[in-house]
Amino acid sequence: MHSSDTVIDKPPASAGMPAGEPILEMRGIRKTFPGVVALDNVDLTVRAGEIHAIVGENGAGKSTLMKVLSGVYPHGSHDGEIRFEGRVRQFGGIADSEACGIIIIHQELALVPLLSIAENIFLGNEPQRFGVIDWAQATRRTRELLAKVGLKESPAALITNLGVGKQQLVEIAKALAKRVRLLILDEPTASLNEHDSQALLDLLLEFKNQGISCILISHKLNEISRVADAITVLRDGATVRSLDCRTEVVSEDQIIRAMVGRELADRYPPRARLAPDAGETVFEVRDWHVAHPLHAARDVVKGVSLKVKRGEIVGIAGLMGAGRTELAMSVFGRAYGQRIRGEVRMHDRVIDVSTIQKAIGHGIAYVTEDRKSLGLLLDDDIRHNISLANLKAVSTGGIIDGGAEFAAATDYRRKLNIRCASVTQQTVNLSGGNQQKVVLGKWLFSKPELLILDEPTRGIDVGAKFEIYSIMAALADEGKCILMISSEMPELLGMCDRIYVMNEGRFVGEFAAADASQEKIMRAIVRQGLA
Amino acid sequence: MTIMEDKMTPESAEAPLRSYGSFIKNNIREYGMLLSLVAIMAFFQVMTDGTLLKPLNLTNLILQNSYIVIMALGMLLVIVAGYIDLSVGSVSGFIGALAAVLMVNYNWNFVPASLLCLAAGAVIGGAQGWFVAYLKIPSFIVTLAGMLVFKGLALALLQGQSVGPFPDEFQLLSSGFVPDIFNGQTLRISSLVLGAAVAVALFALKLRERAGHVRHSMEEEPGAFFLAKNIAFAAVIVWFCWMLASYKGLPDVLIVMFVLMLVYDFVTRRTTIGRRIYALGGNPKAARLSGIRTERLAFLTFVNMGALAALAGLVFAARLNTATPKAGVGFELDVIAACFIGGASASGGVGKVLGAVIGAFVMGVMNNGMSILGIGIDYQQVIKGVVLLAAVCVDVYNKNK
Repeated sequence: MHSSDTVIDKPPASAGMPAGEPILEMRGIRKTFPGVVALDNVDLTVRAGEIHAIVGENGAGKSTLMKVLSGVYPHGSHDGEIRFEGRVRQFGGIADSEACGIIIIHQELALVPLLSIAENIFLGNEPQRFGVIDWAQATRRTRELLAKVGLKESPAALITNLGVGKQQLVEIAKALAKRVRLLILDEPTASLNEHDSQALLDLLLEFKNQGISCILISHKLNEISRVADAITVLRDGATVRSLDCRTEVVSEDQIIRAMVGRELADRYPPRARLAPDAGETVFEVRDWHVAHPLHAARDVVKGVSLKVKRGEIVGIAGLMGAGRTELAMSVFGRAYGQRIRGEVRMHDRVIDVSTIQKAIGHGIAYVTEDRKSLGLLLDDDIRHNISLANLKAVSTGGIIDGGAEFAAATDYRRKLNIRCASVTQQTVNLSGGNQQKVVLGKWLFSKPELLILDEPTRGIDVGAKFEIYSIMAALADEGKCILMISSEMPELLGMCDRIYVMNEGRFVGEFAAADASQEKIMRAIVRQGLA
Repeated sequence: MTIMEDKMTPESAEAPLRSYGSFIKNNIREYGMLLSLVAIMAFFQVMTDGTLLKPLNLTNLILQNSYIVIMALGMLLVIVAGYIDLSVGSVSGFIGALAAVLMVNYNWNFVPASLLCLAAGAVIGGAQGWFVAYLKIPSFIVTLAGMLVFKGLALALLQGQSVGPFPDEFQLLSSGFVPDIFNGQTLRISSLVLGAAVAVALFALKLRERAGHVRHSMEEEPGAFFLAKNIAFAAVIVWFCWMLASYKGLPDVLIVMFVLMLVYDFVTRRTTIGRRIYALGGNPKAARLSGIRTERLAFLTFVNMGALAALAGLVFAARLNTATPKAGVGFELDVIAACFIGGASASGGVGKVLGAVIGAFVMGVMNNGMSILGIGIDYQQVIKGVVLLAAVCVDVYNKNK
């Protein structure tokens, strides 16, 4: 409503601003919620045609800032000034900011799963003739947009049948359909594998060449160093650093220091690595086969064998879709798949893991990669979440001892440093890192011998990551076995004693920590079978 | 906020002294419904010139709502587990019919007949629960089908006729009162003594629970508030029993209802099975991955619902002293409304037994009060519908605040 039509109708390449001039200036933004100052005196300047990264720990105010920018928190509900393309803007809602060409793509994708790509791209914005949707035009334009983002799918394909990576591309195509000036991506690669992430970043660079400015919110510093022209660091709701990568050399450590406000000597806690041939084998899987739960003919895990020794952290590297989660969940009481064959051994004896109860009984714990939908009772408090997998320990004859439960939860709160007012606080209000600690606490309370951690640091900030790593190291020192699935190779290399590489349902490589490297792992994946 | 500094937080800082204001503010949702019930009762008490709380009418209130309260206990578990049961009205009607056929037509003794009826209710609940839990058919659809099936079966069983009267012993279930061993003339002393004993016992239990909480420093309620609340609660019980004692004493069905209420309150708050039901409703996938047998648990909540629907059917049949093909029609709506008015969440995982009981009495008092005022059945329904919607709106508003 505050932008003139002449600006809107120009193609993005000449977005109305010469490159290098500020396209967006946010000055002195202050936003408070009852009892909390979420943003205080935040400045942000994005120049035309640049990729501008915003980094900060969870809770630093990144999402709030983006909500202020996109009008989710309308003008008047915050202080400060927003100038876009040289003019002061007062956005009353998302519709206003979108009309100016500010498009935000949220971490949780906003696509309708059972509609087609074309229907999603033009949802609420359908090309019409006399009030009737012009599907021919929609399909044609969808095809053009998909070509731009490099997605080879039919416009009629349903979203639900696409992988997360492709869904992300559909979101971007949807943004392009709205003639985007400034594209905001919130953690776009959080759930993408290495390959899709690279493709996405390449796409951003391509957009940059076309003159589209972009704000990238990410925890992945390697990605930021690769594509960002400028970096704004937020901490505790304020801008703490603005870095320009074009004029100065910015190191990852420099960014991390600004984010956490202190020196981070090492991103991983020091631990003595287990020698490859030392230690007693505690957990073993032999020749494990799993078929897809819906398509019995499709094998997802094809004859995998693995060992974990006492006090050992074993990693499983691989691309998304390699079958790692499927392997872990099928071992954990057949929580995934059908026609499961193979042997699971604990202390050299075959154990029955045909149900989740039995698997837990044998001392196996599985910390899911999707803590919100598979790990937590979000409506319930920390205390009840922690006791859930081992209610027996705090009850007699089916009656819960509330005091013992409270004490146990408080104990884990202290051990894991869960930041909360009380263990009676609902988990839905915790930050990602603290939620992950609650899930971890739940499984530690079940007293496992083997802890399977599936992407344990996904979507949590640098500081919380270090805490999770420290907990893992301490557990390994106590003699627990840890099997860690991760798509972030540096973390596998930083933490594991041994790394298996999985691809297309098979293990295609195994490395001791000492001779593993990102290159070797990647090579094993690419040249599968030959490694 | 940095990581290492926080570890130093002293333990003592964890139990800050909470002001009364903030405590009440944080728990307003908890007491909101109770306050509404009190407000509604006060309103009708004034409007009916004091008829509402006359001993006779109080007794009627209990008798009229007993079967709704009994079913609301089971329904609360079903709703908390994330399901719904639309069939309870029909099932209770069908069981009433079954009881009549057994006792009146076949002259069964009331004890085996009642037991068989309860078992039949459990089997019916189990059958529906099996479709819901193991075949994963949405409970709305399964129990909608059940509603039609059992409404039809009740009609078939009674061959379209009303069957009655029931044996005298069976009628006592709904029309009996606690006998007065003290032989009080205008006041049933044993009822009053029983009430006072219950009040004292509940007070003692609460004190013990609080002592346990304090020992683990998990108590958040200010002491004076706790005392005031529980003394008021005990006083209400004694007063309530006094009123009833000055009429015919405590109805038998009140005892049944009260015991069931205590049992279900305990089960939901203090037992592992209760906790698991909340987990199931809160996040079924997370519950399953935590080692909870979610299918069996869902199945059992329906078995329980069926048994309680059967009990309610018996109570209702005994109250009317006849089984009619129309019995139970529409009960499910009152029962479900009671749970939602009482703060249960339609998406599962949230709800309290006491809330459902209060919800049932909110509906009951409105029914009763509006009838006394002579408001027609047409507008009664309009008003009840509006109150249901308003209650849930207030609840959602409080939750989002």
